[in-house]
Amino acid sequence: MLNASIKQLSAALRAKEISSVELTQSYLDRIVRLNPQLNAYITLNPEVSLAQARAADARLAAGMADPLTGIPVAQKDIFCAKGWLTTCGSKMLHNFVSPYDAHVITQFNNAGAVNLGKTNMDEFAMGSSNETSHYGTVKNPWDRARVPGGSSGGTAAAVAARLCAAATGTDTGGSIRQPAALCGISGLKPTYGVVSRYGMIAFASSLDQAGPMGRSAEDLALLLNTMAGFDERDSTSLQREKEDYARDLNKSLTGLRIGLPKEFFAEGLSGDVAKAVEAAIAEYKKLGAVIVDISLPNTKLSIPVYYVLAPAEASSNLSRFDGVRYGYRAPEYSDLADMYEKSRAQGFGAEVKRRIMIGTYVLSHGYYDAYYLQAQKIRRLIAQDFTAAYKQCDVIMGPTSPSTAFKLGEKGDDPVQMYLSDIYTIAVNLAGLPGMSIPCGFGANDMPVGLQIIGNYFDEARMLNVAHQYQLATDWHSRAPQL
Amino acid sequence: MQWEIVIGLEVHTQLSTNTKIFSGASTAFGAEPNTQADAVSIALPGVLPVLNKGAVERAIKFGLATGARIAQRSVFARKNYFYPDLPKGYQISQFDLPVVGQGALTIQVEPLSGNAKPYEKTVRITRAHLEEDAGKSVHGNSQGVTGIDLNRAGTPLLEIVSEPDMCSAAEAVAYAKALHTLVRWIGICDGNMQEGSFRCDVNVSVRRPGEPLGTRREIKNLNSFKFMQQAIDYEVQWQIDTIESGGKIHQATILFNPDTGETRAMRSKEDAHDYRYFPDPDLLPLEISTEWIEQVRGTLPELPQAKQARYVSELGLSAYDASILTASREMADFFEEALGDATGQAKICANWIIGEVSAQLNRDGLDMTQCPINAQQLGGMLTRIADGTISNSGAKEVFRTMWAEGGSADAIIEAKGLKQVSDSGAIEALVDEIIAANADKVTEYRSGKDKLFGFFVGLAMKASKGKANPAQLNDILKKKLAG
Amino acid sequence: MRPNKRFMIPYRARFDKALNPFMSLSPADVEKVARLARLAMTDQELRAARDQLNNIFGLIAEMQAVDTAGIEPMSHAQDVAQRLREDKVTETNQREAFQAIAPQVENGLYLVPQVIE
Ligand SMILES: [Mg+2]
Ligand SMILES: [Zn+2]
Repeated sequence: MLNASIKQLSAALRAKEISSVELTQSYLDRIVRLNPQLNAYITLNPEVSLAQARAADARLAAGMADPLTGIPVAQKDIFCAKGWLTTCGSKMLHNFVSPYDAHVITQFNNAGAVNLGKTNMDEFAMGSSNETSHYGTVKNPWDRARVPGGSSGGTAAAVAARLCAAATGTDTGGSIRQPAALCGISGLKPTYGVVSRYGMIAFASSLDQAGPMGRSAEDLALLLNTMAGFDERDSTSLQREKEDYARDLNKSLTGLRIGLPKEFFAEGLSGDVAKAVEAAIAEYKKLGAVIVDISLPNTKLSIPVYYVLAPAEASSNLSRFDGVRYGYRAPEYSDLADMYEKSRAQGFGAEVKRRIMIGTYVLSHGYYDAYYLQAQKIRRLIAQDFTAAYKQCDVIMGPTSPSTAFKLGEKGDDPVQMYLSDIYTIAVNLAGLPGMSIPCGFGANDMPVGLQIIGNYFDEARMLNVAHQYQLATDWHSRAPQL
Repeated sequence: MQWEIVIGLEVHTQLSTNTKIFSGASTAFGAEPNTQADAVSIALPGVLPVLNKGAVERAIKFGLATGARIAQRSVFARKNYFYPDLPKGYQISQFDLPVVGQGALTIQVEPLSGNAKPYEKTVRITRAHLEEDAGKSVHGNSQGVTGIDLNRAGTPLLEIVSEPDMCSAAEAVAYAKALHTLVRWIGICDGNMQEGSFRCDVNVSVRRPGEPLGTRREIKNLNSFKFMQQAIDYEVQWQIDTIESGGKIHQATILFNPDTGETRAMRSKEDAHDYRYFPDPDLLPLEISTEWIEQVRGTLPELPQAKQARYVSELGLSAYDASILTASREMADFFEEALGDATGQAKICANWIIGEVSAQLNRDGLDMTQCPINAQQLGGMLTRIADGTISNSGAKEVFRTMWAEGGSADAIIEAKGLKQVSDSGAIEALVDEIIAANADKVTEYRSGKDKLFGFFVGLAMKASKGKANPAQLNDILKKKLAG
Repeated sequence: MRPNKRFMIPYRARFDKALNPFMSLSPADVEKVARLARLAMTDQELRAARDQLNNIFGLIAEMQAVDTAGIEPMSHAQDVAQRLREDKVTETNQREAFQAIAPQVENGLYLVPQVIE
């Protein structure tokens, strides 16, 4: 059961081979057994989960089930879920029991999915290793001395370790794709605006996008069908026809033009990752795809641009955490200013404070044009690179991350080194394009390698098709760590 | 030494929408604290703003009413600062691209002192932009703490910024009053100054003629025209005294204390001038189509200035009467409704409204909207004056009764028997009787004692119990006395 | 607020050696930023923050060389206009639920240390 796909689980639930309560309980048991080693979850609420499972069983019995009815899905702790502690990985929200549901949570609830628990994450989604969480680092299930990636590291570890059927993540600069790559699972960041941000605690509003993480592209399609859709409460949510992201899964890849950006295969890329990605490209050729060499000349600038724009937006987004209406308030303070400064200094961790400082500085008087405005202009150049590239190819492929999972603590003292590890994923967020990562082999120390697939705007169905065909031809995605 | 005063105003008008600018929470005044503070108003983590169409529509109305260009594309920005009544830690406002561009307002200035004559002046409006209001701090509950009520947080404001075109307190007050009239006239603001619906910030500086602009100080949040005048007078004198005694003016935000009549600098907000404005990534550019603008234009009432001009040219009223009748929309509507089609009666109608109606309202401490008689009632009475049914003294009686007891003019005339005798046969008979009974006086009159005419009028009026139509009576008396 | 043309003036035109943001931050700069951001910091933390910020600004400095004359700044991933909401009340009173998670409330008000104007 633990290795079954959502489609298989759904069929088993409908056939009454298993109940949602049994399925949920078996995951909860496994979490109790394995989470202490992995720290993938921050919050469990077994009674609530099992109540949802019972409701799902009733719905299944009534023959009114959706594809996700009764499926235990874990939620990144960035999504507000009514009655659930929602911490966003921060001490600042250590006591924040959300009074409302995020749009994504509502969508899963309406589909009859079971909320299995809230997964660990980098604090306020700021990090690439899950080491910034106030609730402890998450361990990579393939090697517990290594990081799972971040910021959706708890989700990636939970999916990889079979501590849930599937889960959600969010991706501001690679936070779905990079941990998916490092933990050997599949993850998709949709086109900006496809999934509502309502109730998803903001990091960098113009870049944040939620997406599914699971064991296969086929599972992701089902999850995305539930997550995507217009929401009038989010001004950036796009009004589009509802689509079935699974519709093209079985299309042939013959003639598919795959663009390989030369900048993605240049210095900085580990040999083991390059080898696995090249093998994947070879596999695609066998499936009938055509390789096109392309260039995304401004790729290198995506890091400086990102480290201006994301902290700027974050510095403002995180101003609401002031100890007045909810969340952490310092136990002692002398006056109002002192209360603000102490509550925020004690409630936020080092990385969050660092980014607030960067963002505050780049927006401050006299520096706006040189930093923020310049970054926004280069952001357009980066987006234009992709527009030009898609005149030559249908999808773009490359590595998700320059290396496999690094050791816990390895990059802790050097934020710049950490930031550089997002080199292949950030440009996708800046452009607002959809991107995904699927497992494509193993590198040094038998750690998983991720293949990144970047689509044109709204091309998620095609990307899932491209990923699914590969997963039919290979079995990297079904490898599981020994636990 | 001569001094020139330079004044500019920033006026915050609360727009009369049902809901807040970025959420569906009610804006009704006077609710229990925080009962209208929804998730967006208290800035829960994850919530997002969606712009209220009603607020934009009102901004368009204002722009059209002041001859301003409506921006086809405007942008919302974040103004970042920490304050407990500002739940997000930033105010959503408009910065470099406001919704309403340059406009103008022509005002009638009544000089406050001396025998100077009223004059007209056009004040340029720099811009008007949409933004959200903050909450309220409630002091004095418990010792050492301030209570925060966020019901008002998120109420839509239109901030109207003038050029520094005013050079006296009288001009500033006249401008503020004209603006106050206009926003109520076009129905975008209830104008209730006690409830804070119309708040003025006044920038004041002084200079010697021919010199560049002096440093300005901004008097914050004046919510009465009287206080505005007092505050400006005090501030101007303070600035002049300061400079003349060798001091320098420093830019500052100041408060006016109505109890002492003095201004004082606010405890300077730390880093007040670094608001770190940047475009709000949660909101997209506001686009306003020409069709929408035209549609709104169609809903605009005739504006006060146009009305004034028409009253003079078409109805033959004096400029003074016209300006009084257009002091408020209610007044003008009352006038036009009472007048109806009887445009020939404009002067008498105006006299009644400016005279009796205003005097009675004043006496009873009422405003136009609370007037106990409606326009149809007054119109009905005017008709009866015009057709000779009642005399002027009869009309006064009708009016008094109407005011106190209600009822139509006709019903009152009937009940009180106020109908004039206009039957010439009846008047002739009455005159004949008087002539017959006063033969000696008739002889005296006929021999040249003209003064006796009044004696005969008196007798005739007495005989008719005051109901004889005076004009008719005069004619008949003259004819009969002439022999 | 007074309109400030900051957003509209091309980057090159405003670039000013005196304000050169690519030079390293002074301790006073870091202190000012921490105060603006309402983050209490010890001297030691300020020193550490300064070193790290300078490293990061070294990384960001790459942007300086890029010629962006005539390039429209990109604020949003999609070129879409703001959607408007009908002016209808949709929210109901949830004070009790919202204040159940508040640090300090009294008589329906959120309490903070006294605000002095
Ligand atoms: Mg202002
Ligand atoms: Zn304002």
